[in-house]
Amino acid sequence: MTLTILLFAQAKDLAETARCELELPAGATVADLRESLLARFPRLQPLSSRLLIAVNSEYVAEHVVLSPGSEVACFPPVSGG
Amino acid sequence: MIQLTHEPIDYQASVERVRSHSAGAVLLFLGTVREMTQGRQTLALDYDAYPEMAKVQMQKLEAIARERWPIIELEIVHRLGHLELGDISISIAFSSPHRREAFEAGQFLIDEFKKVVPIWKQENWSDGTKEWVHQ
Repeated sequence: MTLTILLFAQAKDLAETARCELELPAGATVADLRESLLARFPRLQPLSSRLLIAVNSEYVAEHVVLSPGSEVACFPPVSGG
Repeated sequence: MIQLTHEPIDYQASVERVRSHSAGAVLLFLGTVREMTQGRQTLALDYDAYPEMAKVQMQKLEAIARERWPIIELEIVHRLGHLELGDISISIAFSSPHRREAFEAGQFLIDEFKKVVPIWKQENWSDGTKEWVHQ
């Protein structure tokens, strides 16, 4: 399946793009997506474990299985307020 | 009511809108752009957001706060874009029957907002460098 990933803040700057497409096997989890994203953008490595993944506007755990058509976003810890 | 805006926040209008005859307390929290952080000087802040998710998370925060405390009316507004020193980045205004629950709810709302709502600030330091803040 092809998933579109939105990137924000320092993740967007390091990857030099606000969105990308990743090809993942059916049944891929959030952990698989993280690994695939870091392989595609090695410059995200300094953020690596601090990168947060959201699916359809909710924070998700690493074992969650991704579905085609989900809106996936990747970003560093938030700092609003 | 929750809102993201690129315009200056009219917090006085928010306060007026949350006032109620059922309320004994109205609480207002403003977050403002501070000049000094651990000895370094800020010239300005740039705020970026993932707006769709930010709104979902802000609505969830409001729902959780309403479950825990008897909030009557509530408005949370966060500003995005370029903010100068002293500008207001966030306004949280709400009413409740009594002051004790108002202070508790206010503390919860700003603390949780800073943990879960996908908004990021970028420092414009006085030495000319820029830096994302990742707490």
